[in-house]
Amino acid sequence: MEKWRAASNLRRSLKSIINRRFSPVSDFTYFNEKSSFQTSFSPVGGYKSIGEMNAIQYRYFSSVSTLVQRNPSFSTLNSDDISYFKRILGEKNVIQDEDRLEAVNTDWMLKYKGSSKLLLQPRSTEEVSQILKYCNSRCLAVVPQGGNTGLVGGSVPVFDEVIVNVGSMNNIISFDKVGGILVCEAGCILENLISFLDNQGFIMPLDLGAKGSCQIGGNVSTNAGGLRLIRYGSLHGNVLGLEAVLANGDVLDMLGTLRKDNTGYDLKHLFLGSEGSLGIVTKVSLLTPPKLSSVNIAFLACKDYSSCQKLLMEAKRKLGEILSAFEFLDNQAVDLVLHHLDGVRNPLPASMHNFYVLIETTGSDESYDREKLEAFLLSSMDGGLISDGVIAQDINQASSFWRIREGVPEALQKAGAVYKYDLSLPVEKMYNLVDDMRVRLGNLAKVVGYGHLGDGNLHLNISAPQYDDAILERIEPYVYEWTSKHRGSISAEHGLGLMKANKIYYSKSPETVKIMASIKRLLDPKGILNPYKVLPHSLNS
Amino acid sequence: MKIMVAVKRVVDYAVKIRVKPDKTGVETQNVKMSMNPFCEIALEEALRIKEAGLAKEVVAVSMGPANCVDTLRTGLAMGADRGIHVEAARELVPLTVAKVLKRLVEVENPGLLILGKQAIDDDCNQTGQMIAGLLGWPQGTFASKVVLDKEKQVATVDREVDGGLETLCLDLPAVITTDLRLNQPRYATLPNIMKAKSKPIKKYTPEELNVEIKSDLEVVQVTEPPKRKAGVILSSVDELIDKLKTEACVI
Repeated sequence: MEKWRAASNLRRSLKSIINRRFSPVSDFTYFNEKSSFQTSFSPVGGYKSIGEMNAIQYRYFSSVSTLVQRNPSFSTLNSDDISYFKRILGEKNVIQDEDRLEAVNTDWMLKYKGSSKLLLQPRSTEEVSQILKYCNSRCLAVVPQGGNTGLVGGSVPVFDEVIVNVGSMNNIISFDKVGGILVCEAGCILENLISFLDNQGFIMPLDLGAKGSCQIGGNVSTNAGGLRLIRYGSLHGNVLGLEAVLANGDVLDMLGTLRKDNTGYDLKHLFLGSEGSLGIVTKVSLLTPPKLSSVNIAFLACKDYSSCQKLLMEAKRKLGEILSAFEFLDNQAVDLVLHHLDGVRNPLPASMHNFYVLIETTGSDESYDREKLEAFLLSSMDGGLISDGVIAQDINQASSFWRIREGVPEALQKAGAVYKYDLSLPVEKMYNLVDDMRVRLGNLAKVVGYGHLGDGNLHLNISAPQYDDAILERIEPYVYEWTSKHRGSISAEHGLGLMKANKIYYSKSPETVKIMASIKRLLDPKGILNPYKVLPHSLNS
Repeated sequence: MKIMVAVKRVVDYAVKIRVKPDKTGVETQNVKMSMNPFCEIALEEALRIKEAGLAKEVVAVSMGPANCVDTLRTGLAMGADRGIHVEAARELVPLTVAKVLKRLVEVENPGLLILGKQAIDDDCNQTGQMIAGLLGWPQGTFASKVVLDKEKQVATVDREVDGGLETLCLDLPAVITTDLRLNQPRYATLPNIMKAKSKPIKKYTPEELNVEIKSDLEVVQVTEPPKRKAGVILSSVDELIDKLKTEACVI
């Protein structure tokens, strides 16, 4: 109740600042043409010059609701700025080419598109520092970008912010084989790090479907979860240190490689999950687990959700220390994958079951683990928890099971428009939301539920042939209110980005959010780093 | 009719193999081992023939140290009825495998012997052909399609050859070796894994079968292939011609 009231207060205050029509669905829109809107609103704090600057933007596919306004205190780029950047980065790393800008201005889901005119590709921390120092002095807004695989519009500009892409900083600096400590630059692609560690006999503590494109800097800035969290824990436990550049160009060297260091406040945790709004992460130091030889994976079918839950409890108890992943998918999710992706076949073709569970175990003794897994699965089958299942006999079969689970986001993209929600909920209640949404949406859209059951994380996805306001209205804010009511998180691992910037009150109290805003003002007084995202707009002065 | 399928335990196809530092072979300690992919395809084909009602029993055979039993259990979990394990301490060369198989064929009397075309660890592609020669049976190797005719007791096999496809008609009993495009092997389901635990695996030793384990081949050295050299960007046509003359020696 408290949070709901806070959210309504927030909307009312937004209304008074922006002074335009208000719609019950809180969402963002921006459009590109100049229009009579410019005459109707009262500027906040005066403009410098509008020129061809776009004051308001509409979102690509969706409807008009609350509008984001370009912060007038940010400057616009001029030719002096471009020359300066060319001087410090070299001609090649200052990109103004329209085609290349098109790609970096648009997010992976093709849902958010900015209109940045400049992409910078620094190759070292020093260059990042010089860029930010200059942008801070000129009051130029900046969007830090890595692999651009984020799902909440946090990695692309909203207006004409300068994009600083750290992809060229992709060196592995060192690897300590005894401790398994990897130090690398933020632009390293996750899959490349996985291959490198594979040769050394180690693995990355996180793994996600986007590994072919996502970069470790982005993973760290989003505090990415992924498929192995149930075994190796979150990045808060695995990141031993990082180096970040603050908005004023100061380089914060917190790149420790120590497991234990209780000297003062541990600032690196602030940056983990700050989504680039407190500083640009340039180097990361990670603890990597050793690669264990025996990996087994089973793909199982359950007849209802309560069986899935009981299976999870049994798995944690019977498989114990060897359990390394526990994912679930519902019937609709598997159906979509089989339909839209090539080269994927159903491991349980006999019939379509209601729920599918993927269990992976990782241990050091092949025969021991195999026996343990088989015993657990057979007893679960006898107990009626599983209606059918297969165990992978070789690595190829194992990859094909993972392809089904990791391929769901891709299949959803291909199926048309998708509304994505990433929620943390109590495990017993989790699927009730999916059922509720199915009732609410009826024939309008297809509701798909899957996710990291082991971590209590549901990925609720609503697939429709195209984006439609009628559908959006039925989803939001119902989903957030439902989550809030169960004291869940409206963003388990994806972050807030632009999509949920004003929704934080559903999961955090106003007092905590006020402190967050103070910290933001302390580290980035001009608010140039990734503006309009993460924290509610009313808190920015 | 009984079908006998020979399966081999090899390093898993998806593993990045490394050469042992002493260059005597490939690193197999702590490396995932699985059934040879072509053997999986062979077993799958045998199971499909049985399910079509053209065979009564499928027997899986494997030769090697004690852990071959794991591979046999996989085969039983896929649907084979019985397993035979020929215990041998060392790696067996194709000719020895063929001789052992010949003795087993004399004991079991299968109507069809299906093998994978080659093992992915030695890439020999010899066992199928050798056993057919020793038994005097017709052979259809690199099979991409197999059709059995029970009354006429013939097997029509499409073979993948360099020029395309060749269709052969073999009188049974015959030897068939399977190629990649023959079928897609099934997964081992839990109920079948459970049933497999009670299926019998008979053990033999080479002495019992009167086969001498000897090898006419000796592995002298195993090395990695030379690393690809990076390309060189040249600045002019003259330099190109010069390099072609002096370094590549082609003109």
